[in-house]
Amino acid sequence: MSDTILECRNVTKSFFGVPVLRNVSLTLKAGRVLGIVGENGAGKSTLMNILGGVLRADSGSVRLGERDHAPQNPAEAFREGIAFIHQELNLFTNLSVAENMFIAAFPKMRIVGLPLIRRRAIREKTQALLASVDLHVSAEALVEDLSPGERQMVEIAKALGADARIIILDEPTTSLSSRETQRLFGIIHRLRGQGISMIYISHNLGDVLRLCDDILILRDGRVVGEGPKEEFTLERMISLMVGRSMDQLYPSRSARPSGEIVLEVKSLSQPGIVENITFQLHKGEILGISGLMGSGRTELARILFGLDAFEHGEILLNGEPLTRCSPHERIHRGMAFLTEDRRAEGLLINASVEDNIALVSLPSFARALPGLVNRPEMLRAAGRAAKAVRLQCSSLSRQTAKTLSGGNQQKVVLAKWLLEKPSVFVLDEPTRGIDVGAKFEVYRIMDELAAKGVGIVFISSEIEELMGMCDRILVMAYGEIRRCMARTQFDKEKIFRDALMENQLP
Amino acid sequence: MTSSVPVRSRAVWRRLLFSEHFVLYLSVLYFLAVWPFAPRLASPRNLLDIFSNMLPLLSVAIGQTFVLVTAGIDLSVTSIIALSSVFGASVMTSDGGLLSGSILAVPAGIAVMLATGVAIGLLNGTAIARLRMPPFMVTLTTMMFFSGFAVWLTGSQKISGLPRAFVGLGVGSVGFIPYPFLIAAVLATAAHVTLSRTVVGRWIYAIGHNARAARVSGVPVNRTVVFAYAASGFCAAVASVLYTARLETGDPVLGQRILLDIIAAVVIGGTSLFGGKGKVLWTVFGVLFITLIDNSLIMLEFSHFTIMIVKGAVILFAALMDALRNRLLAAQ
Repeated sequence: MSDTILECRNVTKSFFGVPVLRNVSLTLKAGRVLGIVGENGAGKSTLMNILGGVLRADSGSVRLGERDHAPQNPAEAFREGIAFIHQELNLFTNLSVAENMFIAAFPKMRIVGLPLIRRRAIREKTQALLASVDLHVSAEALVEDLSPGERQMVEIAKALGADARIIILDEPTTSLSSRETQRLFGIIHRLRGQGISMIYISHNLGDVLRLCDDILILRDGRVVGEGPKEEFTLERMISLMVGRSMDQLYPSRSARPSGEIVLEVKSLSQPGIVENITFQLHKGEILGISGLMGSGRTELARILFGLDAFEHGEILLNGEPLTRCSPHERIHRGMAFLTEDRRAEGLLINASVEDNIALVSLPSFARALPGLVNRPEMLRAAGRAAKAVRLQCSSLSRQTAKTLSGGNQQKVVLAKWLLEKPSVFVLDEPTRGIDVGAKFEVYRIMDELAAKGVGIVFISSEIEELMGMCDRILVMAYGEIRRCMARTQFDKEKIFRDALMENQLP
Repeated sequence: MTSSVPVRSRAVWRRLLFSEHFVLYLSVLYFLAVWPFAPRLASPRNLLDIFSNMLPLLSVAIGQTFVLVTAGIDLSVTSIIALSSVFGASVMTSDGGLLSGSILAVPAGIAVMLATGVAIGLLNGTAIARLRMPPFMVTLTTMMFFSGFAVWLTGSQKISGLPRAFVGLGVGSVGFIPYPFLIAAVLATAAHVTLSRTVVGRWIYAIGHNARAARVSGVPVNRTVVFAYAASGFCAAVASVLYTARLETGDPVLGQRILLDIIAAVVIGGTSLFGGKGKVLWTVFGVLFITLIDNSLIMLEFSHFTIMIVKGAVILFAALMDALRNRLLAAQ
């Protein structure tokens, strides 16, 4: 049997009193690949961040080889031999591959007292490391010219160069093409043969089953399944990950959708992004879209709202086709859009709450001829909208959006769209990064809007909230709609499977 | 009991430091500090001088405020001043001008000057908004091009013989109020109302805060950016009218030296180079401050180079105070 290289015992971690990891124990053996799976928020990333020195555990112990392991920062964990390859890669895209490899400690030589970098030495070492991961690019190549897959290889080569004993791969395949994925798997196999241990985190359960020796399943911060992969099937993994009764987390829907169509999408395609999307949204309906990151759900939302172009197909808003690629036009015709990235696209983070709420409907507060904004009326309307979403803030005109909590920031974004009285509202991850109480308020607002006849497209990676709120759910994967379910047919496992599976459907 | 006076005075200091009129107070402080060394500074004639020197600089700085609030920069304003001056003068001059002697000469000349400014502004704005080119590069190159073009057109000669009616704009007055003051005041008021009260003005701030979020919220980002640069061009052209009238000549190198004064004045006033923050009133104070420094140093009979050294140091000091102030404000 192989030796234990890393062992966690009863690791516990809470954020603001909310437990994220509860008594998690795991064992990693030399030369084996451990797959960790779980829903979003199950605690995978927190656990890895503790191993990688980004976070510290509240209690419990971690042993690395013969010693206790409690890194104070990522650099220390790296020196101890744990390389953490993040979802978003940590490379300097403006520097060369060789410079990235040695950025932490350049080999130097002194010439007349000046510490100069030994360029030739790092070039040669880099080239050798790149060869060990079958990456045939020049050490002098700039990282920005490499594909995502090649960048990943550079990260792995960098880890090898630092004599890493354990490599943590967090969702390594989300940005890779299928050929790059195959190459990555080949390298993982080879490294395992060299005695390097790996922790592999992925939503793609098929990959995990194929690639890993051992599997650990997390749910709500607890280990709910653990063992060699032979003990697991896809079905068992999914039911272990999901297995939870739905709590009373959602308001009951107060009205039924009508038959009138407000948004109709006909065979919409944008090559490489979304393929042949067709659906109808009715008045007062909440239509869920489920899918993983990269499934095309956000891209679809952006196309619907006119932020990105589409090549084929048709979008009809209230019966009229939308032709121009312009959010301005969409808003004018009654569409609203809440983006998944609140800080980058949803808010003017340094502007006042009032300015944020009034931004979309600004022209409607202007008197026709001189174009002057009627500030008192605008403030009153912003106040009404803030009250409707139960925004908690001390002053609409003096407080900036930055000072609000995540949930209140999201309410500001909602309020800004509600002022325009949209007929179709596209919500992309409206509950991301907000607490449970604020989530409920967001659901309540959605229900109120639907009851008033607004058609809502609700995109989320949390299947439970879709099941709690929606009349129908579309499941997206690889840019296509895989399934459409009505409320009576909702089945979490089916949704999960459709979203996770590769092209296995006819 | 003993601590009440210092506490109250500290509160007053805080109010002064955090006031949006901070630069105005700084100007007054500076004025009082230099006064003993140059008593002529406060003579009515010199005060009038300061105000009339301020006005053209103020006009162009107001335009720059629009652009800086969008998180852009307009370096081409000095070339607009020069080229407008040349174009306007060659329409109006009695020395072989296009409309020499006609009654239409002055209105047409002014219209040509303003149109020149707006046209160059539209060119800048279009390149920046539609072609997504960096504002610094676009306006640096248009500045080089049009500055050179103005000199090339005139063979480096000044154009004199401007009609009396035009020259009157620079030196004449309605009762007590000089024309340039009237023009600058109208421009400043219009700019203030546009920025703070109109839809376009609010859009300019939104774009400066976060152009991506503004686009998602339906703000016509491209059109608004083009508008800001056109406004900057227009204001520079107004400055050109004031300068040209005062100097009574069309000058192909007019305004060449004031580029950094313009940007320094706006930034000292409190407008952020990163966008989203700025006011016309602040720019008025910033321009006052810069003009006052210039005037006082000349009064003290410093050489040109010494003036540059002192001015650099004073502006750096003001910028330092501003940074300190923002840090304290953020810490509150």
